[in-house]
Amino acid sequence: MDENASARLTRRALTVAHRVGLFLAMLVICLPGIWIVLSSLRPTVEIMAKPPVWIPQQLSVDAYVAMFSGIGKGGIPVLDYFRNSLVISVTSTAIAVAIGMAGGYAFARYRFRGKSGMFLGLMLTRTVPGIALSLPLFFLYVRLGIIDTHIGMILAYVALNVPFTIWLIDGFFRQVPKDLAEAAQIDGCTRWQAFWQVEFPLARPGIASAAIFAFLTCWNEFALASQLTRSVNSKTLPVGLLDYTAEFTIDWRGMCALAVVMIIPALALTYIVQKHLVGGLTSGAVKG
Amino acid sequence: MATVSLKQLTKRYGNMEIVHGIDLEIADREFIALVGPSGCGKSTTLRMIAGLEDITGGNIDIGGRMVNDLPPRSRNISMVFQSYALYPHMTVRENLGFSLKIAGAAKDDMDRRVAEASAILGLDELLERRPSQLSGGQRQRVAMGRAIVRDPDVFLFDEPLSNLDAKLRTQMRTEIKKLHAKVKSTVIYVTHDQVEAMTLADRIVIMRSGHIEQVGTPDEVFSRPATHFVAGFIGSPPMNLHQATVSDGRLMFGGGDSLPLPGQFKSKTAAGDKVVFGIRPDDFYPTGHGLSSGGETEVHRVELPVSITEPLGNETLVFAEFNGADWVSRMLNPKPLKAGDRIGMSFDLSRAHLFSAETGKSLRS
Repeated sequence: MDENASARLTRRALTVAHRVGLFLAMLVICLPGIWIVLSSLRPTVEIMAKPPVWIPQQLSVDAYVAMFSGIGKGGIPVLDYFRNSLVISVTSTAIAVAIGMAGGYAFARYRFRGKSGMFLGLMLTRTVPGIALSLPLFFLYVRLGIIDTHIGMILAYVALNVPFTIWLIDGFFRQVPKDLAEAAQIDGCTRWQAFWQVEFPLARPGIASAAIFAFLTCWNEFALASQLTRSVNSKTLPVGLLDYTAEFTIDWRGMCALAVVMIIPALALTYIVQKHLVGGLTSGAVKG
Repeated sequence: MATVSLKQLTKRYGNMEIVHGIDLEIADREFIALVGPSGCGKSTTLRMIAGLEDITGGNIDIGGRMVNDLPPRSRNISMVFQSYALYPHMTVRENLGFSLKIAGAAKDDMDRRVAEASAILGLDELLERRPSQLSGGQRQRVAMGRAIVRDPDVFLFDEPLSNLDAKLRTQMRTEIKKLHAKVKSTVIYVTHDQVEAMTLADRIVIMRSGHIEQVGTPDEVFSRPATHFVAGFIGSPPMNLHQATVSDGRLMFGGGDSLPLPGQFKSKTAAGDKVVFGIRPDDFYPTGHGLSSGGETEVHRVELPVSITEPLGNETLVFAEFNGADWVSRMLNPKPLKAGDRIGMSFDLSRAHLFSAETGKSLRS
């Protein structure tokens, strides 16, 4: 066998090994998701079986039907939870991204006193675990009378997300060459127009990523929500999962069904927004 | 009429003054090059004219109107950036028409003006492409197109050719010159490349450390440099500049060698004066291989050893050792030489320069 043939064979073997490796990695990543979907469709006996039953014997959508069939018939107020989750997540994401854009732009473009200190301070707030804040926040919210309200949850989530959105968007604005905004100003734009016409479109992938992350943080957050919500007024889907636990039993199947209902909008949103995540848009703006 | 006038223009960042009160009058339709080494304040000056930097002191007038505090969009200027600064998310057509769109121009008018600019610069084939799909030279042309579409009073160029390779640079230089002839606007062109400045500009402004050293036509700054710095900066290869002391009608160089004091400086120097002697490579040549200046009466001949040669085809740069240093000379109709050869060299002293060692100013009046 000549050298070229053996090199070709090695390359093919490596490609196959690479694909097998990728498949195994994806399997490990996807397995919990698949398991949740499967568990929502099969009886509790099978879910609790030891050793685990890999191939479901019988599938049914009973858990989903029960979930929507109203209180007293095994159902939970899932539509209320869904609405709460949506209102709280969308509003707080919009606010956090707006603040993130303003802050990120300021950090990327302007020089001001105490800039690095402020930036560090923002990052430090991320080191405090959300659960540690839940008790002080609870007392504060009770005093303010915003416990179990949308506004209370939105405030908490905006505070949670702003440091992250500023940090992420700052990085993207830094990648947009300053010359472009200057060229736009010479071309007749005001500072504001230069931002919207030139800098914003170029930083859009970063802003879209910040929005996805902020939304998912709110959508999936449990620790704070479980303390600050009380009723269908403001309970979000993750907190709603607790409705399936009773003193002595846990309805694993119902819980998994609700988890699936929770995952679907998050997946859909990520799918819709991902087309904006095309990086490298700025290539060609300036030399080489 | 788009004259540009700078009066006592100053720029300070904190305590550091970058531009020290410069004065400059630029005539309508004039092509002015600001040239100088890095950090001399030329780009800052241009950015102040553009309105991209606030001014600390002084005045800027464009077309007789004071624009000190006006934003860039109100100055009716356009600018070509060193980085081109094309909008990457827009096609070439959209890049060209962006300023018109912002100004709210009618679609017909916009199409017509984009088509005109595109025809002048040969961009017709590229109109639907994005900047990332263009070569460096094409991007440069789009940047110029974007500038001319606006029909500005003043064009500002900030080192527009420095990212191009040597061949393309020469080509674009010609295009810029043609463009100026066509559009007949006032041009202010910043470069660190003295060849660009010499070939393009009607007048050259040589800057150093935030001051203007000299303003003049290319011929003036080349033939009659006002200072020792200008003499060294303009011309390639640069002028030979060496310290000397005037003594007994001669220039004594530290290493023991001397030259006769050029006649035109006799009345302007006194014994003991410290000076800088300057002579261009064209005026210091292997005997029989130079251009006669008509001042043959003042040619001083010596025999000197050759240290190295740089053959360029039609001429050779010969580095001859004089007073312990290498002096560069230009040899026309070259003949082969090698290091160590001793050859007869001619100093055409009628074309030599003398500068005060203290102030750096030319002693020629």
